[in-house]
Amino acid sequence: MSTTIADLIVGEIGVIDDIPFDSVPLKLLEMGCLPGKEVELMQIAPLKDPLYIKVNGSHLAIRKETASLIKVTKIKNLCDILKS
Amino acid sequence: MRHSEVINVALVGNPNTGKSLLFNQLTGLNQKVSNYPGVTVEKKTGTSKMQGEVFAKITDLPGTYSINPSSLDENIVLQTFIGIDKSNYPDVVVVVADVENLKRNLFLFSQIKDLEIPAILVINMSDRMEKKGISIDIELLKKELKSEVVLISARKRLGIGKVKRAIANYKEANTLKIADIADRIDAQFFKELKEKFADTSLYKAWLLVTQSQNLTSIPPKFKDRIESFEADKIKLNKMQNKETILRYQYINHILKKTYITDAEKATGMRHKIDKVLTHKIFGYVIFALILLLIFQSIFDWATVPMDLIDSTFANLSEWTKNQLPEGVFSNLLVEGIIPGIGGIVIFIPQIAILFLFIAILEETGYMSRVVFLMDKIMRRFGMSGKSVVPLVSGTACAIPAIMAARNIEGWKERLVTILVTPFTTCSARLPVYAILIALIIPQQRILGIFSLQGLALMSLYLLGFVSAIVSGWLLNKTLKVKGKSFFIIEMPDYKIPSLKNIVFTVLEKTKAFVFGAGKIILAISIILWFLASNGPASFDNAEKIVKSKVENKQLNQDELEKQIATYKLENSYIGIAGKAIEPAIKPLGYDWKIGIALITSFAAREVFVSTLATIYSVEDNENTNTIKERMGAEINQDTGKKRFNFPVGMSLLVFYAFAMQCVSTLAIVKRETNSWKWPLLQLFGMTALAYLASFITFTVLS
Ligand SMILES: Nc1nc2c(ncn2[C@@H]2O[C@H](COP(=O)(O)OP(=O)(O)OP(=O)(O)O)[C@@H](O)[C@H]2O)c(=O)[nH]1
Ligand SMILES: [Mg+2]
Repeated sequence: MSTTIADLIVGEIGVIDDIPFDSVPLKLLEMGCLPGKEVELMQIAPLKDPLYIKVNGSHLAIRKETASLIKVTKIKNLCDILKS
Repeated sequence: MRHSEVINVALVGNPNTGKSLLFNQLTGLNQKVSNYPGVTVEKKTGTSKMQGEVFAKITDLPGTYSINPSSLDENIVLQTFIGIDKSNYPDVVVVVADVENLKRNLFLFSQIKDLEIPAILVINMSDRMEKKGISIDIELLKKELKSEVVLISARKRLGIGKVKRAIANYKEANTLKIADIADRIDAQFFKELKEKFADTSLYKAWLLVTQSQNLTSIPPKFKDRIESFEADKIKLNKMQNKETILRYQYINHILKKTYITDAEKATGMRHKIDKVLTHKIFGYVIFALILLLIFQSIFDWATVPMDLIDSTFANLSEWTKNQLPEGVFSNLLVEGIIPGIGGIVIFIPQIAILFLFIAILEETGYMSRVVFLMDKIMRRFGMSGKSVVPLVSGTACAIPAIMAARNIEGWKERLVTILVTPFTTCSARLPVYAILIALIIPQQRILGIFSLQGLALMSLYLLGFVSAIVSGWLLNKTLKVKGKSFFIIEMPDYKIPSLKNIVFTVLEKTKAFVFGAGKIILAISIILWFLASNGPASFDNAEKIVKSKVENKQLNQDELEKQIATYKLENSYIGIAGKAIEPAIKPLGYDWKIGIALITSFAAREVFVSTLATIYSVEDNENTNTIKERMGAEINQDTGKKRFNFPVGMSLLVFYAFAMQCVSTLAIVKRETNSWKWPLLQLFGMTALAYLASFITFTVLS
């Protein structure tokens, strides 16, 4: 199973690999959430949904169902964060 | 202005970039300005002098991230450029961009340029550049974008003159496309498209093909040409995605050369604040505390200025009474109109405080955090996190609140929000609640701090929210509405509110409330007064009839006059009408006079109090200065006890909490949902609920 934005832990950063164009609203791409861009998980709402992300200079809140469609590769994980 | 030149200007841009503030500064009008994406939801036009004899008709449009709309407010932008209404087609587009997120703003700009229409890029909020460590090479940017670029700060009023000059010289602006990406999306497709749509720009043809479902009307000459291209939706969708990626590549390429930002400076502060405000526990605690603070200030602290206003109006009545000759007309003025208006003016402190808090919540950027916190919860009740904005601003007035629902993406979530918003306690209910509470709830404090009356009022606000939520849940279960829902919201950076802006907003809204209510009250009071002081034959012969009835009783002059007045009122036009509906409302504990007030307050709830004041003023000549005293003195003829006792008061409170009594709200719902079905559902559903709930309340309590 591959990693998606929904699998990130707060503070972790991933690079977007793939966005399924037929199920993710075009608006999200138009707001800067594009393949190849870094995405950082900023906050998770108290009830685990929605997620607050920073991507390509935009700060956005999206629902988990959308976030779990967007595949990422982690580039900065929790260990790195704790070390620094 | 016929003889001089008028330029048609459209203000376009991402949400929350300061379009409305720039609009206000250009035109001198007062569009609402707030730090929340999606404040402007309909277009607004104003005129302004640009240079010499050159004038501009400026249109403020809702914010959008792309010309491809994903909600109703954004659709207005698309219609402006692709609609068939050519008369309003802009001569020049001013794209307002936020300096902090130029990349995303340029995405929209590149689309506008592709329409081959003169466009000026206005980069706003230059005052924040230093703090955020941003620097831009404007001259190079101009060259790269092949367009006029102006750096301004709308808040500091810097660069407004330059914007005007650029608009006045719009003819010099070129109409060159900047991102030539069509061939790289799908060369074959766009070649065919170009051939078929030789009479319009390629990008416009592309929009016609991809957005036909969002266009209310497609120019007939294009209609049949579109069909062959729009058949393969999946392919189109794929191409749109590719277009987006290519546009961003192109923009990145330009910004690399012209735009530098310091990432740590740019987001350091907001992270820290967000950590607290959207924290698992503190997030909700802070939100609850803010709500509590609002309630506390409305119900407790506002009473000081309110008492002052109350006594001023009582004195004014007294004074007017002494100035005018005695008679029915001065009765109307002194006991109907003045107290009626006073009954509204007294709420200025409470309403202004409420408006003040809403304005601060929105201006700081906190509202989006509430949306974030509440989305999951609201979804359970058929709504979206974005529904919080209508529900909170519904405490001021349902009309702008219902319009604010336009930026909710999913139709079902939006519909549910529109349907339940009228349950929230709007400011028009406040006068009704306050007077009834004053009549039936003793003025005590529990535990030394909470006033009992304040608590009662607070419970009514809670009742409003709870009924909105519960009916949302019910509607969610029962409504069969198709349509996907999704949720994306931008979290704007925190801003220190502009004091001027807040004071202005509060003044404007309060003024609108007082004058709006004042006009209705005046009109209804006069009509009622006329209907109450005229009637058919039995009204004219009232004196004879009453005298013959009471012949054998020993009555003094006073009592006789009182009986005549009562008889007259009951046989006036309004009395006859009231008596006719009395059977229907008797089970709720009301008499016909209250019935009349219920009916007139279908126009607007706040008319309730002034209606009673007018009716009582016709009947009665006694010295009672305030409506409250007069209502307290009203006797129930059947029991000989007070009319507004506890059960009747409670029954009325419940009725007003639920009933859909506001013609303007119904009209807005009709407009927003584009059908009579939903306002009628609200009208009958809510009125039936109100009737039932009042009946139960009255029956249980008495
Ligand atoms: N610091 C700063 N803030 C600004 C400036 N211009 C606007 N703002 C603030 O930015 C926020 C958004 O302003 P609006 O005029 O409501 O933005 P808009 O583009 O009309 O937004 P929508 O109607 O939602 O699309 C408000 O809080 C303004 O006070 C500026 O030049 N500097
Ligand atoms: Mg606006």
